Amino acid sequence: MKHTLSVLVENKPGVLTRVAGLFARRGFNIQSLAVGESEDPNLSRMTIVIDGAEHPIDQVTKQLHKLINVVKIRDLEPQYTVASELMLIKVAAEGEKRNDVLQIAEIFKAKIVDVDRRALVLRVVGATDKLEALLELLQPIGVLEVVRTGIVAIGRGRG
Amino acid sequence: MHAADGYARATGKVGVCLATSGPGATNLITGIANAYLDSIPIVAITGQVRADLIGTDAFQEADVTGITLPIVKHSYLVQSAAEIPRVIHEAFHIASTGRPGPVVIDVPVTALLGELTYKAPDSLHLAGYKPTVKGHVKQIRAAAQAILEAERPVLYVGGGVISAGASDELHALADLIQAPVTTTLMGLGAFDERLPLSLGMLGMHGTVPANYAVHECDVLIGIGVRFDDRVTGKLSAFAPQARTIIHIDVDPAEIGKNVEPSIPIVGDARHVLAALLAELQKAELVPGRTAPWLAKIAAWQGEFRLHYEQPAAEGVVAPQFVIQEIERVTGGEAVIVTDVGQHQMWSTLYFDYRFPRQWISSGGLGTMGFGLPAAIGAKLGRPDKTVIDVSGDGGFQMTMQELATAVNYDIPVVVCILNNGYLGMVRQWQDLFWNKRYSQTCIAVQPDFVMLAEAFGAKGMRVSSPEHVGEALREAIDSGRPTVIDFKISPEENVFPMVPAGQSITELIGGKASRKTRGAKS
Ligand SMILES: Cc1ncc(C[n+]2csc(CCOP(=O)(O)OP(=O)(O)O)c2C)c(N)n1
Ligand SMILES: [Mg+2]
Repeated sequence: MKHTLSVLVENKPGVLTRVAGLFARRGFNIQSLAVGESEDPNLSRMTIVIDGAEHPIDQVTKQLHKLINVVKIRDLEPQYTVASELMLIKVAAEGEKRNDVLQIAEIFKAKIVDVDRRALVLRVVGATDKLEALLELLQPIGVLEVVRTGIVAIGRGRG
Repeated sequence: MHAADGYARATGKVGVCLATSGPGATNLITGIANAYLDSIPIVAITGQVRADLIGTDAFQEADVTGITLPIVKHSYLVQSAAEIPRVIHEAFHIASTGRPGPVVIDVPVTALLGELTYKAPDSLHLAGYKPTVKGHVKQIRAAAQAILEAERPVLYVGGGVISAGASDELHALADLIQAPVTTTLMGLGAFDERLPLSLGMLGMHGTVPANYAVHECDVLIGIGVRFDDRVTGKLSAFAPQARTIIHIDVDPAEIGKNVEPSIPIVGDARHVLAALLAELQKAELVPGRTAPWLAKIAAWQGEFRLHYEQPAAEGVVAPQFVIQEIERVTGGEAVIVTDVGQHQMWSTLYFDYRFPRQWISSGGLGTMGFGLPAAIGAKLGRPDKTVIDVSGDGGFQMTMQELATAVNYDIPVVVCILNNGYLGMVRQWQDLFWNKRYSQTCIAVQPDFVMLAEAFGAKGMRVSSPEHVGEALREAIDSGRPTVIDFKISPEENVFPMVPAGQSITELIGGKASRKTRGAKS
C-alpha cells in the first residue's frame, strides 16, 4: 500500500539532503517527494510518498524521527486526505492534431499555458490517476516533455 | 578519533577530537563510523576552509558534513563565530542523550578566527529532538506479568545497559527473578561474569550455554540490544520457543527492526529497569520457579566448558592462556581494550568481566586498528586503572604509530600482541569454510615488534613460553611505561565455539572438548 507522509522539518540548509540521504542509505524507495515552506517560515513541510509493501512504514517513520531536524511526521490516511499534483506537458500539436489536444485538455480541465506553432504546453492539477489518464491520451499524439511537482497532500477538516 | 572513543567508553563522558580540514577530517571517517555503530558519544570538530570559499574546491576542502552524513547522529556546518556557543552546547547534548552517538561540527577558519562575546545559551531549542526516557507504564506492567509467568526466562543484555548506567538495576532484576543473563559483545561488563547467573556472551562466538539458553527460553528480555546478525544467526531460528519477547531500548527505531517483540518498551534502560523492578517487587514471585531451568543451564555449563589445548610445539603459547594470565595478574580489575579478530574473541571468552566500562572493543564496525588509540584514550580517562590493549599482529600495524603519542604524553598502556603471523580471524574462515585456501592472510613478514617499540621509546618485550607470560605482564605493568609485549602464539589456533554465519545459533562447532566436529562446514 502507498503511504503519504507529511513531514514537518526545520527550514535549514541541508535538511532535504539528510532526509533523502536517509532514504537512500536504508534502501527506502521514494515514489514522490515535494517540499516547500509551511505556514511557519521556520519550518518546511515535505510530502513523501512511499510504497509500504516494500518497506515497513514503521521503520521509515522511526528512522525519519531520529533526524534531529525532523519535527513531526503524519502518515496521512487516504480517506481523510486531499492530495494533488501539478503537471506540465509539452505536446506536439501541429495541423489537425492541435484540435485533438485542445479537446482532451478541455475534458481534463487542463490549461493551455503556452502556445507555439508546433507545440502546446498544458498545465493540469489533480490526483495522480487523473494526470496519468491525461498522459495516456496524449501519448499517441506526441508528448515531448513532462514535468511534475510530485504529490502534495493535506489532512481534511481541522485535524 | 579512536582515542576520544576509548575515553568516552571508559568514562561515559563525551569524547572530543579535533582534526584539520580536508585530509585531517577525512581521516576521522572510520572512527566516526565506529562510534556511530556502537552508539558512543563523541563530538568531532573539524576545520573547514574559509566560509566564502566553501564549494569552490579550495585547498584542503572536503565536504565533511556531506561525507559523514550517514554515520553521524547529527552534524553542523558553522557559518560564523556567533553560532559556535549554541552549536557546541547542542552538539554535546545530542551526543550524550537518548541513544548516544557522534556529532560532527565543521568550522570554517573564518568562524574560528572570528570574535564574539561568549554567552552560554539559556536553553536549547531542538524542536525535533526529545528522546524518550521513561518507559510506558502499561508496557512495563505487561513485561512484569510476562516475567512472573516465565519458566525459562533469559536476560539478553547489550551496550544500552552500559550507556544508561543500568548495571546495578540489571543485577537486582536478575537476582530478583532468578534469570540467567547473557550479554552481547557491547554488553560485556554490564553483568558480573563471575556470578552463577552469568552465561557469558552469546552469538557467533558466544558460549554454548548462552546460545542454548536463548534457544530454549520461553521469555526473552532484551535490554539495550539490537538483535544484530552476529547475535541472532539465522533470524527465523532465533529464540524459537520464546512465547514473549520483551524489548527495551531507548531508540524506537531499533524496536521491530529485526525482531518483532511482543512487548516493546521505549525508554532509558535505567529508568525502565527501575520501574520494572518496582513493579515486580509489588507482585508475588513464586520462589524457585526458575530452579529447574537454572539446573538445566548448570548442566550445560558443566558439559560445555571452554577448553583449549596447550600447544604441542615449542616457542609458542596458547592465546587463551595469555588472556587468563592477564586476568590473574591484574586481579581481574584491569580495563581491557581490544583490537578486532581472534584475539578479541578470546578476550571475550577467557576473561570474566566484572564492571561496566571494563571492556572496550569495536563491536558494530569491527574496526582493526582501534585497540592502541582506544587504550590511550581509556587510560587518559581512567588513570587509576591498569589498561591492557589486547591486539593482533595485523591490527596493531594499522595504528602502531600511536605509540609515539603514548610515549610523548607518558601514557602507560600495555599492548599485548597475540602474534600468530596471520590475519587470524580471516584465516580461520578460510580454514573452516574454504578448504584452507589461505589467501592474503599470512602476515609472517612483519617488523620486529620489540625493536619497533624501542624505536618509539616504549618498552618492548617478547614471550614465547607459557611460564614467562605472567612475569612479563607483571614487569610491563610495574614499569609504568608504555609497553609492547609480543606474545608468540600458536599460528593456526581457531576460536571456538563458533556458529557459522547465517546459521541457527545451535548449529555451533567446537562446543565440546572433542573437536571432531571441526571443519564440518568446509
Ligand atoms: C580495517 C579492517 N580491515 C579488515 C578487517 C577484516 N578483518 C577482521 S579480523 C581480521 C584479521 C585480524 O588479524 P590480526 O589483527 O592479526 O588479529 P587475529 O585475528 O590474528 O587475532 C581482518 C582482516 C577489519 N575488521 N578491519
Ligand atoms: Mg594475527
